[in-house]
Amino acid sequence: MENLLLQGLNGLASASSLFLVASGLTVIFGVTRIVNFAHGSLYMLGAYLAFSIVAHLPRGHLGFWGGIVLAALAVGAIGALLEVLLLRRIYRAPELFQLLATFGVVLVVQDVALLVWGAQDLLGPRAPGLRGSVELLGLRFPLYELVLIGIGPVVLGLLLLLFKRTRWGTLVRAATQDREMVGALGVNQRWLFTSVFFLGSALAGLAGALQLPRESVNLHMDLATITEVFVVVVVGGLGSLPGAALAALLIGELHAFGILVFPKITLVLVFLVMAVVLVIRPRGLFGRAQVAQAAVASVAEPVLGRAPPALKWLGFAALLVAVVAPPFLAGDYALIVLTDMAIAVLFAASLHFIMGPGGMASFGHAAYFGIGAYGAALLTKWFAAPMLPALLAAPFCAGVAGVLFGFFCVRLSGVYSAMLTLAFAQIAWSVAFQWVEITGGDNGVLGVWPDPWATKLNFYWLALGCSVVGTLALRRIALSPFGYALRAQRDNTLRAEAIGINAFGMRWVAFVLAAGFAGVAGGLFAFAKGSVFPTALDIPRSVDALLMVLLGGVQTLAGPVLGALAFTGLHEQLVRATDYWRLVLGAVILLLVLAFPQGLAGAVRRWWEGRRHA
Amino acid sequence: MHRFTLEAQGIQKSFGGVRAVDQVSFGVRAGEMLALIGPNGAGKSTCFNLLNGHLRPDGGRVKLLGQDITGLAPRKVWKRGVGRTFQITATFGSMTVRENVQLALQSHRGELGRLWTPSWRLRGGQADTLLERVGLAGQARRPCSVLAYGDLKRVELAIALANNPRLLLMDEPTAGMAPQERVGLMALVAEVARERGMSVLFTEHDMDVVFSHADRVLVLDRGRLIAEGTPDEVRANALVQEVYLGSGFEPEPEAEASAC
Ligand SMILES: Nc1ncnc2c1ncn2[C@@H]1O[C@H](COP(=O)(O)OP(=O)(O)OP(=O)(O)O)[C@@H](O)[C@H]1O
Ligand SMILES: [Mg+2]
Repeated sequence: MENLLLQGLNGLASASSLFLVASGLTVIFGVTRIVNFAHGSLYMLGAYLAFSIVAHLPRGHLGFWGGIVLAALAVGAIGALLEVLLLRRIYRAPELFQLLATFGVVLVVQDVALLVWGAQDLLGPRAPGLRGSVELLGLRFPLYELVLIGIGPVVLGLLLLLFKRTRWGTLVRAATQDREMVGALGVNQRWLFTSVFFLGSALAGLAGALQLPRESVNLHMDLATITEVFVVVVVGGLGSLPGAALAALLIGELHAFGILVFPKITLVLVFLVMAVVLVIRPRGLFGRAQVAQAAVASVAEPVLGRAPPALKWLGFAALLVAVVAPPFLAGDYALIVLTDMAIAVLFAASLHFIMGPGGMASFGHAAYFGIGAYGAALLTKWFAAPMLPALLAAPFCAGVAGVLFGFFCVRLSGVYSAMLTLAFAQIAWSVAFQWVEITGGDNGVLGVWPDPWATKLNFYWLALGCSVVGTLALRRIALSPFGYALRAQRDNTLRAEAIGINAFGMRWVAFVLAAGFAGVAGGLFAFAKGSVFPTALDIPRSVDALLMVLLGGVQTLAGPVLGALAFTGLHEQLVRATDYWRLVLGAVILLLVLAFPQGLAGAVRRWWEGRRHA
Repeated sequence: MHRFTLEAQGIQKSFGGVRAVDQVSFGVRAGEMLALIGPNGAGKSTCFNLLNGHLRPDGGRVKLLGQDITGLAPRKVWKRGVGRTFQITATFGSMTVRENVQLALQSHRGELGRLWTPSWRLRGGQADTLLERVGLAGQARRPCSVLAYGDLKRVELAIALANNPRLLLMDEPTAGMAPQERVGLMALVAEVARERGMSVLFTEHDMDVVFSHADRVLVLDRGRLIAEGTPDEVRANALVQEVYLGSGFEPEPEAEASAC
């Protein structure tokens, strides 16, 4: 009984900080419609900055609380700067590009934090005067947690006052409810967006700073937080402050009690809840139809026409080199990288299929890659299957998962759909991670070696073959009547339904196909590495795939191919060259986003056509 | 066989407290051009959405050739032979004009399940014929997204004709066009309708268009049907004149382009 009370209070404390971060994210989304992946990074910066500032201020109440507030304000300023320098330039770019830009920021911030504060966990000071604990019904409860519990509702109250009572707040609410309103604001719009970014970022910074006495500051805070906060914001309903509060409470308590009741599935519990909420209420608890219309994957611009023949020949030539050259390469390293590239291309092409022609963003495409990989690996491990049957089973396993998960994901639209894909991916991940008897858990499935005939070189050719055939097949499907119908429902659902197109059916089939092809890539991956770990389907892998597709550009069918090659190549070179590869990669991404909002393939095409016209 | 191609029996729809369509009954006769007119916000578009399934009526029934189609999904209504154009033109911006029409034709032939045949191989000729019919042969290979508004309306018409409809629903087919163009387009629609024996139900703010092309006219005001008859009868109707407030029966022709 006492234990329950304690857990309940613990839940309230984490709900409180969750709410602080989530409120910032939801306000920013409501006004700017930007899905800000960097919000978790701002939270992390808040914690690091508070650590440094508090250390330099005199001890005592003023030093501590002053440091927290200063850190929050500093993060607010960083957020405003981000808006002015980066995001403002790309509001007109497709929404997916804004997403890519925020990924770039995540990478940069990670390495900047590493540079400045180092890799080791930092322990902050305790809050002065709040070190002790209080007696509650005969139980001792830390005083600081109690204060934290109070801060959440206070901030909620202040925010509600701000939005209800001030002119600025009225503008924010109007912009959240009605997109057209924002355009009507004219000059004020810039100021409004910047100020919203300041407020939202400051809230994230405050939440981060407040963690100082609770837990160590480390470099994993950003991604861990952003996923959880996404869950809160989506469950609450995008753009809704009360929704975020209720959802934070729900998730916080669920965590606290989940540990007591189902210690085995705590990792996945939040995602299960999100999945259930979204299946029942497709726009979250308090979401509005208007807000949901901001589809992450809306591609306003037309898909570019056929590639010019000369560019096509260039592609064929490159492929020819990829087939013929490897036997003359020295050492295995080049072959390993080339195999990785072939696998990445197929993986990216499969994600592109649902994002480009399908118009649905997926934040959890690694699920199908990983399920394919595990499918193949487990068949070899438990049934001693040879390589080829195991490889054939991979797309089948992934496809079955696609049928099941896709059924729920494709009913939703925009960010909600993307978040549900993430939820399913996390569920799949935690099965791989926690079903130790079958999957080996963290230790992975080992000894997934290719058949003897498949030397490194032969396996490369096999992977290249699968990749080329798979990518071309996806291209062919995209240009079939089915592919056109898929694009039709993306372009204009109303019109599509009015000419007999079953939008749901089209999206579902596309999702399953994409899952199947990702499964092929996953199966190849398992044999290429000789082992599979839960990282095969974790969030960073989904993010990698997104980066590849976004780098290449969603509008062209060649985009994912170029994006995957560029990303894998760059990543490989950078990792070898520097410890700060994230910084370089992030900076490159940001530059690309600012310079080529059409993606690499689009840029190459433009350049080529411009050259010929000149 | 059936007196009416399409029949609305007491259909109604409210949004919040507003009765957008209130107990409306009428029939579209085979082969006729029936105009649905009324001031902005009268409920015309809502009426269309009830007829083709984009909205489900709160009450009443919709019958197509005697069969009840109330509450059927738009794509099923389409399969039974109802084509539609929208007040705000709805085409597929990432495709060429020809591909737009081709897709509609492929859908009509049940070819959308084909994953391996290149789309350009199917129904291209038929698409060209249709485009020629609506006067867009020269624009076939241009992307829809760069077309002039008047041409987009024609593309929509071609798309709507792809399933050989018995009935065409046209929500303000000439909105946003120059007066010359309007008459031309409606003359084209009338001609096609006559050729095919197709019925047309259209809404229109331009009275010249209405009186030169409609066989009969329905007048809607604040969700209610207030008059029905030949153009001359409707013109003479006192109630109708009151609704259009003595403006010489010339409701503002330009106000509709952006409304929905
Ligand atoms: N989705 C909706 N939600 C709420 N109200 C709606 C909706 N659609 C229409 N309405 C309301 O229903 C009424 C009828 O609208 P409708 O668009 O059918 O009129 P209309 O006759 O087509 O007008 P117009 O000539 O401007 O196109 C209006 O008061 C409108 O505000
Ligand atoms: Mg209308």
